Amino acid sequence: MRIIPSSLIYEKVKEATKKANFVIEEDISKCLKKGCLNETNPLSKKVLEEMVDNIQIANDKHIPICQDTGIVVIFMEIGEDVFIEGSMINDINKAVKEAYLEEYLRCSVLNHPIERKNTFTNTPCIIHEKHVPGDKLKITICPKGAGSENMSQLKMLPPSAKEKGIIDFVLDVVKNAGGKACPPMIVGVGIGGNFEQSAIYSKEALLRPINDESDDIYANKLEKILLEKINQLNVGPMGFGGQMSAMAVKVKCGPCHIASLPVAVNIQCHVARHEEVIL
Amino acid sequence: MELPIKEIHLPLDLNEIKQLKARDFVYLTGTIYTARDAAHQRLVEMIQNKEELPISLENMYIYYAGPTPSKDNIHAGSIGPTTAYRMDAYMKEMANMHIGGTIGKGKRADIVRNIAQKNHILYFVAIGGLGAKYSLCVKSMKCVAFPDLGPEAIYQLEVERFPVIVGYDIYGNSCFPDDEKL
Ligand code: SF4
Repeated sequence: MRIIPSSLIYEKVKEATKKANFVIEEDISKCLKKGCLNETNPLSKKVLEEMVDNIQIANDKHIPICQDTGIVVIFMEIGEDVFIEGSMINDINKAVKEAYLEEYLRCSVLNHPIERKNTFTNTPCIIHEKHVPGDKLKITICPKGAGSENMSQLKMLPPSAKEKGIIDFVLDVVKNAGGKACPPMIVGVGIGGNFEQSAIYSKEALLRPINDESDDIYANKLEKILLEKINQLNVGPMGFGGQMSAMAVKVKCGPCHIASLPVAVNIQCHVARHEEVIL
Repeated sequence: MELPIKEIHLPLDLNEIKQLKARDFVYLTGTIYTARDAAHQRLVEMIQNKEELPISLENMYIYYAGPTPSKDNIHAGSIGPTTAYRMDAYMKEMANMHIGGTIGKGKRADIVRNIAQKNHILYFVAIGGLGAKYSLCVKSMKCVAFPDLGPEAIYQLEVERFPVIVGYDIYGNSCFPDDEKL
């Protein structure tokens, strides 16, 4: 049994939450730059250039990349041989609150969906915990903006819909999202599980680096088909048309009920922020 | 094909508005005001209740945005656009108050295109996610209404070469390729 004090989690989460809002994976800028080179539509090309420029400015001048610094979603993979000493959930929320206040990040979390009073701490955050073999603790911190999250959808398809039904649904969601979700987007698709599990799959799929290949043969194939079809939709950067509507599609599948084919599509904008901590 | 790039100073007169076409890339210089969901809701409620508004909306260019907090109350934090369609429901009242134009991101309802055409209230699209870059275009800011709303308060911004795209022009054109001409 390995003991990890909750105070250490607090420290690491605070540091990573701060960083996540100013720096994103280099692969995103590289992909946007590649998009600039290939784009023939002058407006869309200009928009992609501006996006690359913005990421650089955020980094150099320490300004949050996007003003929607999101609601913070945290994925935890807790090793079965790990014992966490202390009040982890409280400490994580404290870390997020302090990171947001100290770095002048926007507090966008409300107390209640109808009452709608800002908590002015950007907490509570949304925490997903999973137990895995081993004695490590992995924490991924994802500030997620509402522009792209609001464009996400879930559908319980009948099994007879098959692959075609899945593809049609994903394309519909992307088309409907259009410029509202700040494309070029990354599209997370969760297939299987049940109602809530498919949504979690779709978000977990987005944690993968944009250029990796899925080791699930079916997911891998579907990612390629979907990316090609999405990029033929002419959504383009900010909806102005063009070749790059999505930078990547990430699919995650899981076992499901004989009568179900749940499909969740989680849209991620080009400001794809996540930071990982491994203890 | 070259990208038409224009420099404009706010507020615009009708002559200048007539020269703007959907998909023109323009740099805005002048005064704009932030207002998003909560501020719109309050303004429209006040209009409906015939209360006195905290600021005049006439010829105001409204930027749908909720910035990150300013560190010195003068310079803006990160300040990119929010999705505009959420403000469509308030557009009729705002047009009746003769606002100058709106700035946001994404497609909007037909009423907004009609208002652009009939009332000459243009919709400009700002580039989403460009919070850091837009922050540098804001030369000064101050809160002018609803400070209790925090990021959703109304801020007056003096902007210089603030990059946007003409979204809906007065000729019924849209910047989005699959929108048909009105
Ligand atoms: S969708 Fe993403 S890039 Fe666009 S405003 Fe929201 S968080 Fe920022």
